[in-house]
Amino acid sequence: MEAHLGDIELTLTPQEGGGAIWRFALEAQRLPSFARAIREEGGQLLALWGSDDRHLERGFAVHVAFLSSVGLIWTTSDLDPERPAYPDLACIFPQADRMQRATFDLLGIRADGAVDERKWLRHGAWPADAFPLRKDFDASRPASHDTDAYPFIRVEGDGVHEIPVGPIHAGTIEPGHFRFSIIGDRILKLEERLGYTHKGTEKRFEGLDLDTGARLAGRVSGDSHSAYAWAYCLAVETATASAVPARAVWLRALFLEMERVANHLGDLGYLGNDVALAFGFMQFWRLKEDWLRLTARLFGHRYLFDRIVPGGVALDLADAGKAELAALADRIETEVGELKAVYDEHAGLQDRFANTGIVKPDLAARMGLTGLAGRASAQAWDARAQFPQAPYDELDVNMATARKGDVLARAEVRFAEVKESLRLIREILRRLPAGDIRAPLAPVSRVCEGLGWVEGWRGDILVAVRIGADGRLDRVHAHDPSWQNWPLVELGVLGNIVPDFPLINKSFNLSYSGQDL
Amino acid sequence: MTTGILLQIAQTLLAILLAPLLMGWVNQCRAWLQGRSAPPITQPYRTLRKLFHKDAVIAHDASPLFRFAPYMIFACMALAAGIVPTIANDLPFSPAADVIALVGIFALARVFLALAAMDTGTSFGSLGARREMLVSFLAEPALLMVFFTASLISQSTELPIIVETLAHREFVIYPSMAFAAVAFWMISVAENARIPVDNPTTHLELTMIHEAMILEYSARHLALIEWAVALKLFTYSALGIALFLPWGIAAQGDFNALPLAILALVAKMALGGAVLSFMEAISAKVRLFRAPEFLGTAFLLGVLGMLIHFLLEV
Repeated sequence: MEAHLGDIELTLTPQEGGGAIWRFALEAQRLPSFARAIREEGGQLLALWGSDDRHLERGFAVHVAFLSSVGLIWTTSDLDPERPAYPDLACIFPQADRMQRATFDLLGIRADGAVDERKWLRHGAWPADAFPLRKDFDASRPASHDTDAYPFIRVEGDGVHEIPVGPIHAGTIEPGHFRFSIIGDRILKLEERLGYTHKGTEKRFEGLDLDTGARLAGRVSGDSHSAYAWAYCLAVETATASAVPARAVWLRALFLEMERVANHLGDLGYLGNDVALAFGFMQFWRLKEDWLRLTARLFGHRYLFDRIVPGGVALDLADAGKAELAALADRIETEVGELKAVYDEHAGLQDRFANTGIVKPDLAARMGLTGLAGRASAQAWDARAQFPQAPYDELDVNMATARKGDVLARAEVRFAEVKESLRLIREILRRLPAGDIRAPLAPVSRVCEGLGWVEGWRGDILVAVRIGADGRLDRVHAHDPSWQNWPLVELGVLGNIVPDFPLINKSFNLSYSGQDL
Repeated sequence: MTTGILLQIAQTLLAILLAPLLMGWVNQCRAWLQGRSAPPITQPYRTLRKLFHKDAVIAHDASPLFRFAPYMIFACMALAAGIVPTIANDLPFSPAADVIALVGIFALARVFLALAAMDTGTSFGSLGARREMLVSFLAEPALLMVFFTASLISQSTELPIIVETLAHREFVIYPSMAFAAVAFWMISVAENARIPVDNPTTHLELTMIHEAMILEYSARHLALIEWAVALKLFTYSALGIALFLPWGIAAQGDFNALPLAILALVAKMALGGAVLSFMEAISAKVRLFRAPEFLGTAFLLGVLGMLIHFLLEV
């Protein structure tokens, strides 16, 4: 099939049965010019990862997922087995910087000409010359005991202070280190150091059977369980060319929207809590708790863990449950409307939210801000609305956007998305087709690959899967939108005051686990 | 004189013992207003008991000042609680310090707290100490303005004389005191690290003022500081009552009025605590740099109170 991408004409092969995903092989040397064409066309780089293909009688490979007007373009570039390298893409898409550094830490694939070559995921847990994702990695080698000497960028000048915060925080939140350079309480620079929750998730996938892989994929970042599990299953089903029953597809969308509602309710409460309006916190969390309890009663798990499985879903919804869920959706919509009125009219809260942590649309576009935070900065991308795969192609999703890019805009997008998700849930419940909920996967006889793409509550979630000829997982890469959004937290806080950082950070609410892997 | 001393001891002890109860009451009201089931009113006592039973963890490079500061802070607050007439007026301690010296006692406690916070050299400690100084250097003059308004009415900076003038003479309405009362409320909120200036329940280190200063404390030291915080709230409440709602405080040597005085105190404190938690429940915390505006308003109201005294009451 032919596709036009600005001035370039491309022959793209659509991934069979995999939505608006196009795949082609690209020589590494042509990557920058292709990336530039995507950039000029208004597209973005979503993910960059590597793979060790030497056991398949190739070298290494670097994979890039671009978002463009035709959908998602997945390029694969084969690299030299002895000295794997590809041209730097961070000069075109700054969001590639950390992904490139992580790819080097894990696989030893170098981005030639990259400005920033500091380590990213490696905290001294393994030696600098060992690359854990290579197939010949020797895990029995003793762990490195190097101190983690990470060169932070220093800000010099009269009265400039540095405050190191974390990785251990006072609340029950994930670990991350934040290095503030401040004058008084004003932030001159913030630098993040993440990777503290690196668990070797991608290595763990290797050799797992396909069902166990779904369990692990869902646990990449627990708050986006359904999104990850669905993306993984899409990838596996595409790779094996398996069909999924219609009822299962609709139930998956139901789970994803339920997850979105639960997370948005929690975040709206936390945003109130961070400006000391505990009333809002308690009210939103009461609603979230009602939601989770009903979820647990209907589907056996508060966060719907392991309900999406390769080939379908694990649990059906009875008609009685449908009515109950629809009734709760109605009640939550009414109550959220009342609470929105409280937030909208609370002068103190509006004063804290408005003009705090602004990410302007042009900065968001330059840095590739994605998902919910992107939509609050006028980056109108929502895979459910623009590249809908079943069942969203029949649901006509309304995308919520805002222009200001401050904490208030991110709260407003959440309010709008809760409303839209509740509408979708009612719509799904009304139109849920009858039939089976799970079909067996087609048998695997050769090496096959697939990519799943799902709009999680935080943004685009991608899972790329390669299944070996033995039917077990060979390489899995899970991409979280936090990769491209974390750098925008660094930039969004500039010029704000230190006590506003927790609020700004919470308004993005990014995942540590999802990007540390 | 002996009875005076006994009464003084009784009043100070009462303040020390009742202070955590006031804190428990405020916490309880707050929980109710948020729609939560509340912890028991005695929870602060249990927390103190727990903390006194723990072993203290002290940073290796902490100086003796770090260990000494909690005792100093507690002593300052206990002394302040002894000076302010809570149940009886004109006790032996009262002539020892007038309202200006009282502000000085609060300041002394604060200096020790800030020094101890900076002592361990952690970033949060000095962050909190800096912010505390920002808030307090604005709160202190405003508090003095409030005291001056009251002093102008009674022609004295001695608290017993102020209370005597306001409570036990012919009842007069002083418009100036209305302005002073609002100013005093705002200052109390700031000085006691309450919403909207500070949030006593937050876990976000970067937003803290008071809590950031005591992050390094544990066990008995933390218990003393927490107790001192409760005492400070109690003392400020007593001060507010003495200045603006003094009716019920027993006059000098009037022992028969004591039971009624205690009842009146409890009722007034309960009301004050409920109002405090209500104000907290409906407010969001202001941006840190709005705190000077908040206290600037308090100062302005204090000055207005004085002007109105000269315009209307002389």
